[in-house]
Amino acid sequence: MAALAIAGKDLRTEWRTKESINASVSFSWVILVLFSFAFDLDREEKLALSGGLLWLVYAFAGALIVNRSFAREVPNDCLDVLVASPAPGWAIFLGKAVACFALLMTVELISLPVFGLFYNINWTAAFFPLLLVIALATWGITVVGTAFSAVTVNVRLRELMLPVLLYPLLIPMLIGAMEMTTGLLNGNAVMSDIRLLIVFDAIFTSLAIYLIDFILVI
Amino acid sequence: MHAVAADGVWKYFGDYPALRGASLEVAPGACVALIGRNGAGKTTLLRILAGLSRPSKGAISIHGRMGYLGHGIGVYDDLSAIENLTLFGRLAGLSKPKESANAALEHVGLARVKDGLAREFSRGMRQRLAISRAFLHNPELLLLDEPFTSLDDRAVAVLQKLLSDARARGSTIVMSTHQIREAMELASDVALLERGRMIFAGPRSSEMLLDPGWLYRTYGDVKE
Repeated sequence: MAALAIAGKDLRTEWRTKESINASVSFSWVILVLFSFAFDLDREEKLALSGGLLWLVYAFAGALIVNRSFAREVPNDCLDVLVASPAPGWAIFLGKAVACFALLMTVELISLPVFGLFYNINWTAAFFPLLLVIALATWGITVVGTAFSAVTVNVRLRELMLPVLLYPLLIPMLIGAMEMTTGLLNGNAVMSDIRLLIVFDAIFTSLAIYLIDFILVI
Repeated sequence: MHAVAADGVWKYFGDYPALRGASLEVAPGACVALIGRNGAGKTTLLRILAGLSRPSKGAISIHGRMGYLGHGIGVYDDLSAIENLTLFGRLAGLSKPKESANAALEHVGLARVKDGLAREFSRGMRQRLAISRAFLHNPELLLLDEPFTSLDDRAVAVLQKLLSDARARGSTIVMSTHQIREAMELASDVALLERGRMIFAGPRSSEMLLDPGWLYRTYGDVKE
């Protein structure tokens, strides 16, 4: 209940300010469009690069979203009030992670047609398996990103610190997501890596829930 | 059983001990004025009691639902007054958060502007919204960090009324303050912190009420 209230608050605030979604969508579109003009690739090369390109864009767009997660609580010392409230730390964390997940999924689903259009790739053929891969990998990005957003909330250069901490941890999960996405877009999907995404999500969700009180109360 | 107890609490910031073995026991229903000069450790102790900071050594125990009012107003600028209070009502687990929020806004004179965004409010209105947020769930324990500082007249009146209602309900109050005369009138107990040490904690006496400087002269380091 508390987690849903916090997720609802974050989504409502974002709907009114559009501070992270505007930046994230424009970033994704600009990168996808620029890359499509930067390289003169034939269809096979484009298909071979598709998963990597898509997840590079999603990972950087994700950092823009998760960066705001706990930073949103800084004005007026709202984080103090949230932590002092009867809501447990894990509910605060899960609420914020769910809000980030919804926002990043929105950015990704908005960017997917742009990707298909500029790279002439039919992403609709394997839409539901692709959606599963995107959802699992997006939860991985948001759960690790939200935890590091809490770690860096009081750091002066948090916009720089967050990606430095975030991306090294995401590498194994991103490699799996890239390979599966490339396979799905090529029509020869190997879904064995889906276990990697599930295990990654389970480990980091449990770790973040366990550690969040130590992160928020120092 | 104590409503609040701190037992030999130390807090280091780097090498600097902001609290040095501070102990405090507050009986249920008491109103404690936590006083001390700037840097004495009042805010650090309140933050530890509120669960916002972890003691480096020592233990604390808290009983009952807690309301906290810190230095920041703790309201979301991009939410309306009713949305702010409904959110905190949900976090506090109230059964009817929206009804409680409406009643709280009525209490502090913000019912007419309940749908206005907090960022569009004047400073005084935001202060009243923050006060109503701290009292929304009828907390059994109130931790207030310099609550009267920079409030406008109306917010002071609202806070005084809510504090007297809370005391009548039997809530426990721990309040740090620099306004010693006003605090002595409200307090049943006084705790004096000096350089991180609790040098006095006990019932408020008539001497303290008549002469707010008496406590510092009697227990404090007057040579400073």
